[in-house]
Parts: sequence; C-alpha cells; structure tokens
Amino acid sequence: MNVVAALVAVIGMVIVVWFGVGVLKLYTLFGVLVPYAALLTFLIGLIYRMVNWAKSPVPFKITTTCGQQKSLPWIKHSRLESPANNFEVVLRMALEVLAFRSLFRNLRADLRGRKLYYGSSKWLWLGAILFHWSFFIILVRHLRLFTYPVPGPIKVLDAVDSFFHIGLPHLYMTDVAILAGLTFLILRRLVDAKVNYISHASDYFPLFLILGLISSGMLMRYFLRVDLVSVKEFVMGLATFHPKAPKGIGVIFFVHLFFISALVAYFPFSKLVHMVGVFFSPTRNLPNDNRRVRHINPWWEGVPPKFLTYCEWQEKFKEQLEQAGQPIDEDCYKEKKS
Amino acid sequence: MALPKRDELLKDVNYDRMPSKHWMDTKPEFRPGTYCYAAEPSVVEDLGLPNPRKWQPHDEDWKLPPNWKEIVLNAIKDRMERFRSFKLFMDICVRCGACADKCHFFLGTGDPKNMPVLRAELMRSVVKGEFTRSGKIFGRLAGARPLTYDVIKEWFYYYYQCTECRRCSVFCPYGIDTAEITILAREILHEIGVNIDWILKPVRFSAFVGNHIGLQPHTIQENIEFLLDDIEEITGIRPEVPINKKGAEILFVTPSADFFADPGIYTFMGYVLLFHYLGLDWTLSTYASEGGNFGLFTSHEMMRKLHAKIYHEAERLKVKWILGGECGHMWRVVHQYEDTALGPAPKNLEVPKSPITGTVFEHAKSTKIVHICEFTADLIAHGKLNLDPSRNDHLIVTFHDSCNTSRGMGIFEEPRFILRHVCNNFYEMPENTIREKTFCCGSGSGLNTDEYMEMRMRGGFPRANAVEYVHEKYGVNRMACICAIDRAVLPTLMKYWVPEVSISGVHELVGNALVIPGEKKRTTDLRFEPLKGVEEEA
Amino acid sequence: MYNSDKVIPGIIIFVLFVTFPIWWNHGKSVAAPEPELPKKGRCVESKEYMRSHHMQLLNVWRNEAIRQGMRIYTSSDGARFWISLQNECMKCHNNKSKFCDRCHQFAAVEPYCWNCHIPPETKKFKAPKASRLLKLFGVPPVLHGSSQAESYGHAEH
Repeated sequence: MNVVAALVAVIGMVIVVWFGVGVLKLYTLFGVLVPYAALLTFLIGLIYRMVNWAKSPVPFKITTTCGQQKSLPWIKHSRLESPANNFEVVLRMALEVLAFRSLFRNLRADLRGRKLYYGSSKWLWLGAILFHWSFFIILVRHLRLFTYPVPGPIKVLDAVDSFFHIGLPHLYMTDVAILAGLTFLILRRLVDAKVNYISHASDYFPLFLILGLISSGMLMRYFLRVDLVSVKEFVMGLATFHPKAPKGIGVIFFVHLFFISALVAYFPFSKLVHMVGVFFSPTRNLPNDNRRVRHINPWWEGVPPKFLTYCEWQEKFKEQLEQAGQPIDEDCYKEKKS
Repeated sequence: MALPKRDELLKDVNYDRMPSKHWMDTKPEFRPGTYCYAAEPSVVEDLGLPNPRKWQPHDEDWKLPPNWKEIVLNAIKDRMERFRSFKLFMDICVRCGACADKCHFFLGTGDPKNMPVLRAELMRSVVKGEFTRSGKIFGRLAGARPLTYDVIKEWFYYYYQCTECRRCSVFCPYGIDTAEITILAREILHEIGVNIDWILKPVRFSAFVGNHIGLQPHTIQENIEFLLDDIEEITGIRPEVPINKKGAEILFVTPSADFFADPGIYTFMGYVLLFHYLGLDWTLSTYASEGGNFGLFTSHEMMRKLHAKIYHEAERLKVKWILGGECGHMWRVVHQYEDTALGPAPKNLEVPKSPITGTVFEHAKSTKIVHICEFTADLIAHGKLNLDPSRNDHLIVTFHDSCNTSRGMGIFEEPRFILRHVCNNFYEMPENTIREKTFCCGSGSGLNTDEYMEMRMRGGFPRANAVEYVHEKYGVNRMACICAIDRAVLPTLMKYWVPEVSISGVHELVGNALVIPGEKKRTTDLRFEPLKGVEEEA
Repeated sequence: MYNSDKVIPGIIIFVLFVTFPIWWNHGKSVAAPEPELPKKGRCVESKEYMRSHHMQLLNVWRNEAIRQGMRIYTSSDGARFWISLQNECMKCHNNKSKFCDRCHQFAAVEPYCWNCHIPPETKKFKAPKASRLLKLFGVPPVLHGSSQAESYGHAEH
C-alpha cells in the first residue's frame, strides 16, 4: 500500500511531464518556472527549518558519550567518542557526517532459543555510504553544466569518476554506485520485516523519486542522448538569471529536471531535512565537558528552584534530630530573627 | 498472572515477524506484569501535580480532564519551544531502522513498538498529524495521525517501557535520543495526570523527607550503626561516620538505598572503610540523603527540585567539595544537568582536590562534584591504598556498565581500573554488551517495581544473556556495577536468568581488599561469606 | 543556549554552497558557442543526430575501423561514407579549434580523439590514395555522398 502510493506518485510525475512538455509544449513552465520555484522553496524552506530549530534553545548538554570521558590525566580519553572540547566535537561531527560513524557501529541481534547473538552488520552503512557519497559527487559533477569556465577541480572529479573509460560517453563509477546503494536501500525496506513495518509511504517516495531522477539522468547520458550544448546553454541561462525556455531538448531532459525540482521542493517538508538536521543534533554536537564548563539554560537562568530548604526540613524533623543527637543548625533561627 | 518460566518467557519472541496490522491500528493490552500501577491520588496531590484521582491503567476510563487533548497539544508545543532536541528529533528521523534491535525491551518482547524508532514515532505521528499541514492532508501516508484517547494509553504503555538508557542513541546516525523523547513524553503525560506510583512515591518522599523511601534522620543513623556493627565484627575496626558535620572538607552523597538495602549496604561499608583508611574529613547529610533522583523520570522541574538540596546542603555545611557515590541516574543528573539546573556551585565550594594525592580534579572544576570511582582510581594510581586482592579470590567478577554513567557521562576506565586492582579474577562480558553498548538492567528509570516483573525480566534479558555467557565461560559469580538501581534489581534478574551470579558495588570489593592498619585477620568478606582458603582451613 | 554563533555561519555556508553556480558565474550570461560549420556539403547524418550522438558514432567508427577493418559506413538515408576521422570528418570540419573545441570547452568535455589523431589545422594532409586492394575491387577513392563530392548526387557517374 505504502509502496504502491509512492510508486504511483513518481510515475504520475513522469506522465505530467510527458503531457505538459510532450503534448502541451509548456516549455517555459517546466523548464523555467518549476525549477526556479523549486529552488526557492528549497532555500527558503531549509533556512526556515534551520532558523526554526535554532529558535528553540538547547537547555541541557546531553551529549551521548560513546567513549571514555576526560577525567584523570593518566586515563586516555576518547577524543572522537567523548569529545572534551569544541575541536574534538568538530572531529566527531566530521566523522559522523562524512563517514557515518554511528551507522558503522551497527549490530544485528539474533535470538536462538533463549540465547542472544550479536553480529557486526555493516550493510546498511555500506548502502548508505554508497548512496550519499555518490549522490554528492554526482551533484558536484553536475556543476560542469552550471559554470563557465568550469572550475578545474570539477573537471578533475569528472575525469576521476569516469576513469575506467567504459563505453562512450564514459560510464561514471558513481552512477553504478548510487544505483547499487539505492537498490539496496529500497530492497531493504521491502524485505527486512522490521524496516518494512516502520516504513511510511513518505519513506518510499524519496527513494523512488531519486531512483527516477538517476534513471532519467543515466538514460539521457547513455541511451536517449540529448544535445549537451543546448542543455548547458539552458542551464547556464537559469544559473545566470537569463532563462530561456529550452527547445529541441528531448522530453527525457524535462523528466530529469522535474524530478530534481520535485526532490528539492520536497526537501524542507520531509525527513530529508536530516541533511541539515544532523548538524543540530545535541547528542553529537556538544562536548562532554559538563562538569568543567557550565551550560546555560535560558529558561531557568534567574529562576531559582523551589524546594524544601534545610531549615524547613530541620523544623519538620527537629525532634528526631535531637533524639538522634544530630546537630541542630542555629543559623536557621538567626536568619529568621534578623 | 504468574511469571512464566525462564525457558518459556521468550518463546513467542521473533524479531523478524511483525504483526499483519498497521501499527496505528494495534492497541496495547494492559496485561499484569507489563505495566506499572497509577499513582495514588494523595501522592499526586501532595506534589501539586495535576489531576489526582483513583484510576488504574487497565481501567477503560482513565478519568482524564475534559480538555485533555488541548492540554497535551499545548504541552507538546511548549516542549518544542523549550527543547531543540525534541523539535529536531521529531523532524529528522529517516526510519533507517538502525536502532530497531538495539533496545533491550524490543529484544525481550519482539513488540515492534519497542523498537526505538517506533516508540518515537508514537509521538512523531501525532506531532505531524496535529501540527503540520502535510500530515493533515496525507495522514497515514506521511506517517501522521490525530491525537486520540487510545494514543494516550499507548504512550503510557510504551513510554513506561523505555528505561531512558540511550543505547539507541549510540547507533542512530543522527544521534536521536529516545531517552529525551521518553523524558518529555512522560512530562507531557503528567500534565493530564497520567503517572505511575512507583516513581511518584519516591519523588514525594524525596521532596518532603529527603530520600526515596522516606528514611528519617534518626533512621538513617540507626541503619548506619547496624552497618558499623557488622564492619566491627568483620574487621575489628569501628569507623566513624560523621553526620551533618559543619566545616567538613567533603560532603558525601550517595543513593539512599546504600543505607538500607542489600546489596547496596555492602557498598556503603566499602565507602566507610575507605574513608576511615584515608582519615578523610567528610560528612554525610541526613537532609541531602539521596543521590538518586526519580524526579528525572517525572519532569525536568521535578528533577531540579529534588536535586537542589545537594548544593544547598553543601553551602550550609561549608564543605569544600562534593563526592558522589555509585549511582547511575544520579550521575546522569550530576554530570549532565546539575550545573545547568542549579549552578553555579555555591561560592564556598572549591575545585575538588584529593587531600591524599593532591590531584586536582580539573574536569569537575565547575560542578565541584567528583565520582567516587574517579577518586579511588586516583588513590590507587598513586599507590595510596594497601590492597589485598586475594580477599576477593572467592569471586570471579565481571563489570556491568550502567546506562547513565556510560552513555551520559563516559566513565568506563575508572571502575575497571579499580576492579583490576582489588580482585584477581576479572572478566569482561562480550564486547557488544559493555561500555557504550552496554545493556540496561531492564528496570531503570523508575520501573523497578514488582507489578512490572514480567517486563523487567524481558527487558533485562539481553544483560542477563551476556552474564550467562561469562558465567558459563569463566565461571563468573559476581557482577560489579556502579548503580543503585542495578544493585536493587539485578539480583532479581539474576535469580531469574542466571541464579549463580550475585551483584555488588565496586566499592564493596574495594572494602574487601583494603588492608587497614589495626584490623584483625579477616575470615569473611563484608557479606559474612567466607574468604577463599579460610573455608578449607576450617 | 541558542548557539546562533554557529547556526548563522552554518546557514551562510549552506546558502553559499547551494547558490554556488549563481555567484561563480556572477550572473554573467554566456553566449552559446558557435562552432564554425562547413560552408557546403552534407554530414553523414542529420545535424540534430550529430549534435547529440556524434561521440557514439565516432566510437562505433573507431571500433569498426580499427578492430574490424570495416571502413565503410552506410548512413540512415543510404549514403555511404568512409569511416575515418581524419580523412572523412576533418575534411569538411577542417579546424578542430574552431569546430570541435568551441562546444567541448563550453561543455567541459575532453574527448580523447586527439591522443592519437592530429588536428588538421596543425598539419597539411595529402589526398588519400586508393590502396591496391581498393583498386582490385574497383572501389573508388571518393565515395558517394562524401564531403569530397562536389555536390550531392553526382559525385560518381
């Protein structure tokens, strides 16, 4: 049900584009208006999300400590898992964001009879790494269509990615990798009982959308060729705010363009915000220096706690204290008099 | 319903078999042994919490206030505005499922709603369904649903089936911390008077008497006298326990269970022997007589209220710094909340400095509270303790990392360092069940009540399973830990799963091994159990 | 703690990253390249086809010529051409820098044709000689439809 809904939504998009561009010839709508609107939605939406998160304070320093704290000088503390200062936090975050450190820890539990067994389970990590890094590299690679002159590093990236010179145009390694990663992530959602049970349509939708996006891109590059110069001319027009409705580029290009527009526009309204959200995670981005550096909670600062003070308590248990021979604090009475 | 036999408890558990119904369509079944009783109205009233009334979770009608929905929605909104963690965690989960089989309650029940992702989703779905337009339009497709009466019951059931152990947070690629969500969910439920007795009773005692079970000042003293009698019988020495002593150097705060409950009392005997050996200028307070803090399981405000007395007392007694005993959630509060909630520390406190070794505990320079394991490890490292580890030779020891001190503090090496010096037989449990991946005792966060026994045995199963492994492999018969709830509940858990293993605090073993000038030849440990070798002689 | 000291720079970095193409080009529109086209003659296939598929055609040509010795290409309209970059394509498109490079630089594509081939404008080439084999089978050195034909249709007979 969830899968079908997501799939229908993505196929529906192809039909919309095919009808809009192929039949109604709405080049300006699909080529100019939709991409601009999508980019604006993406930027404003994500900035709004970030500002909105930032408007709520981080009241407590609730680092998840995954390693030895910094305490006694002769005990080696875990700089990456239990960072003691901001520099180490940056290292921890870098490892988390770039290498998916936490996912790398993943285990699988198996119950046999009444014995539990744990095994290392890095498949999810591998699939996620393949997917995310490929996506990122592909995105950066696409900058050759958005820039002129094309920055050297992007050319180098392109050359490295197509290093093996398979077919012509050369097959990009990241294209293969992202397909593998994405296929794994989709299959995992379908096959693994636990993950299947927790998946919403909104979990399948971005997967299918991205699958559509990369399929249309790969089709365009390797099979249904379009004129690259026209594409770049059009894209440069968008990037420099001199948009010209593209003509003479195949519908497949519009499908690709629509998919990416849909993806970026969907971003701020969905779980995809994890891309920026991960940087905000208070269990990861705070140092474990709680007892060394005081963290301020804005909504408690200047609000004293209400509790049973010693003197109130002493009044209550005076008899017992006296009987047991425990000292009575005379200061309690002094203060009252003064 | 009686607790099933240990070989039968898990027979229906299968991690790869999910219900055919969508999780939004299943309802919890309030079966005895799987939920805690509701708080008595008088307790709720005394604490000034909302909606005191007689009710039980298995009742059809929970007698919620008529505007319960409005209260809950406002409470959610308020928490979103005050806690970035909450707001963020509601937004960024991608349901990758990495956390799914990390929760001890899921491993012990196979109930999909005990997967941390789904536990959070119970709240997330409502946030989406009630506060976002997309959630209202797409409903279940977007994982959204409206807030209903049944949702409240579900929240109660599952947010009291989470011990706030944070194991899932270790594995989550975004660090989403279910403990944070559970803490806030419980806080929200409190606003409509949905609560449990086992937490609120200790909270009331803590608030009005000073400690969890309401030990009055003279009772504490009497208990301690009994323990001192035992110490005298075993060692021939009667240490002094200063009480409410003004001007002492150190205020010692430990969970009150150490004063009266087996096996915490032996840990307390260990502390007392150590302080006596060192000639420490310390004091105990019968007012700040509780290190533990069930307020943490109630609300942030309650946590603050209950913890305030420690600094307050330190100020009154004009001590120089505070030493904290072995406790799990106490140390979560001390380490991660205390300074923020109640700091800056009173002016009379100084940066803690060990009077014996001169070590300055720089890492505690703001809070001024040192963990006893840090203190003792420092003593051992400087060779200040005369230890005879062979006095623990009758024990084959393993160490249980408590959730809070592991994932909310990061104290891993200090207790191990101590254990390696006070006993000769120390074995680690399997790697995936210790340190930051440690398993909860299954009864943390105020769920250590008897009516909850089945769930406790299920939740504690992954821990027990690891203990069983080292018991079979190395003959382990003692599990040391640095948590009072552990000491209270692990004996029960062990009795059920691995009856050969007993539980103790780390400082009980220190007390056993410590060779004190002027003591008589010891023939038993602090539990009056014969030492190795002694038995054969006799 | 709101840590706006980290959030605000973070948002700025994010925006800069996303808008990279906009500020990198600083809004300067770039005219589409205009490769210098041969004044006369026809190409092996239609202009549209060549624009999008020339690299694939050249790849096929290379494989057929070098690996299979197949030197004759029959275009979609039945015309026949020599399979040769240097001796066929470059006869009309006789300036690499004014034809090939203009688009390739624009699109940042670096073909590796020139690892082996020599751009015509850098060296003078003689007319191809008919090999003995071709003479034996009576294949003319200039094929029908080739760029060397004076006009379409009456290059031969």
